[in-house]
Amino acid sequence: MSDDILSDLMRDYVYRSAKAGRRTDGRALDEPRKLAVEHGVVKTAEGSARVKLGNTDVIVGIKMSVGQPYPDTPNTGVLSTTVELIPMASPTFEAGPPRPDAIELARVVDRGIRESKMVNVAKLCITPKEKVWVMFIDIHVLDFDGNLFDASSYGAAAALATTIVPAKAQGLGDDFPLPVEHWPVSVTTAKIKDLLVVDPGLDEERMADARLTVTTDENGDIRAMQKGLKGSFSYDEVKRIIETSQKVGRALRPSLRP
Amino acid sequence: MVDIEHIPKELKLIDEKGVRLDGRRHDELRPIRIEAGVLRRADGSAYVEWGGNKVLAAVYGPREAHPRHLQDPARALVQCRYNMAPFSVSDRKRPGPDRRSVEISKVISEAFASVVFAEQFPRTSVDIFIEVLQADAGTRCAGLTAASVALADAGVPMRDLVTSCASGKIGGVVCLDLNKDEDNFGEADCPMAIVPRTGELVLLQMDGHLTYDEFQKAMELSIAATQRIYEMQRDALRRRYSLSIDEIMKESPAAPPRETELPEMSTQIVGEPELDFDALDEDREGGA
Repeated sequence: MSDDILSDLMRDYVYRSAKAGRRTDGRALDEPRKLAVEHGVVKTAEGSARVKLGNTDVIVGIKMSVGQPYPDTPNTGVLSTTVELIPMASPTFEAGPPRPDAIELARVVDRGIRESKMVNVAKLCITPKEKVWVMFIDIHVLDFDGNLFDASSYGAAAALATTIVPAKAQGLGDDFPLPVEHWPVSVTTAKIKDLLVVDPGLDEERMADARLTVTTDENGDIRAMQKGLKGSFSYDEVKRIIETSQKVGRALRPSLRP
Repeated sequence: MVDIEHIPKELKLIDEKGVRLDGRRHDELRPIRIEAGVLRRADGSAYVEWGGNKVLAAVYGPREAHPRHLQDPARALVQCRYNMAPFSVSDRKRPGPDRRSVEISKVISEAFASVVFAEQFPRTSVDIFIEVLQADAGTRCAGLTAASVALADAGVPMRDLVTSCASGKIGGVVCLDLNKDEDNFGEADCPMAIVPRTGELVLLQMDGHLTYDEFQKAMELSIAATQRIYEMQRDALRRRYSLSIDEIMKESPAAPPRETELPEMSTQIVGEPELDFDALDEDREGGA
């Protein structure tokens, strides 16, 4: 995510630690950092969550409004995801319009939620072809210490799970909780030379050759994938990463629910 | 072959015999045509027709990187711009980059980054431009396949060509190379790009719903198909750059006949002993 420089000494330390099976923060290669989820942290949002994945800190707010459906999906609600990489979160983030990495991040988070059918958007239709509920998922990165893909996905899922649709204020009956039906979990693995490390920390991410994010559902089925960075994976590595993602996903899923 | 039990009744993307709407079977590609060197000004270019897709790719560079603060003192940048023409889709697309094309540009740039010998051209940029003129699903694969040929046409040193293809799932069946209808109404799409010589995956994306087994089936279809597409890419380059004897003769007339006598052959033996023809004849006569 960032282009800043990592010393050779640090690269060597990070690699050798991982090679020995114990990463610089003491984790095993397939062990994610500690995940802390706090639901409902912003009262002005219809749903919100703050997620800490290690020291990576992300806050997600859900705003609901009434809008028009897309012409090709006249009976379903609309989902829109944006990420702001604010300068507060890292010396490498700059103010201004979203850069390609922020756009990719938002689209990968969006894809995991959309393709897993986490929210039953058919239940968010008000008047077919005219009025549907629009969900805005706004991801605000507060502190960047690696692996924004997973932290943002967890934040978005946790926030959606607490969202109350403000129907009363719009004169559309009683408020109701967002119809959340599935629980996608995104797991990102970084490749450092010959090693695969789950949930890369900042230094690991900065020296990674390639990255693969795999979003699985509660059945272990694959709902979204995204390979990133300039390196490559062998097909065997991809298969190993998927298997690890299924395993890690199963372990993390309960902590996302409110 | 495949289970076809949970096909939606109302829309059959693939029938009981395993035949798709456009008549293909599950492991069949759409017709693909690749031409190298189709533009005059670009350093390299290629045109790909892939089913209903029509995609042009151009390569400029290595040339001075702009903006200059992006320059890398150690290597060339590989920068791709994927763009769809406003008329390339049924509802006019607003011109200029949208979020989707920014993402596609990024993943395609990354796919080529490890293949181009970037360290040979410090401070420069290899700029790849992909223009989708007509879209029918799978434009990123067609664009990447075209860009790869354009890079070779530009003479940019590379470890290998990059070849791309997608597989997905329609009507519960894992199928190769989805077209627009199949992509819209299907259950999953999984584009990939590979370095055929080494099997390295340099692009991998997926959306929809695939079990782990289905994913493996999809990858095996794609990997097999990329071998065929790779051959088409190489064929396009061969057609561009290999000339027949007739063409060579036409371009450069035959050398005039020598007027001088050939110098006498040296009798000194340097490498292979030279045959003494007279002695050979004598031997034969002697033996007869």
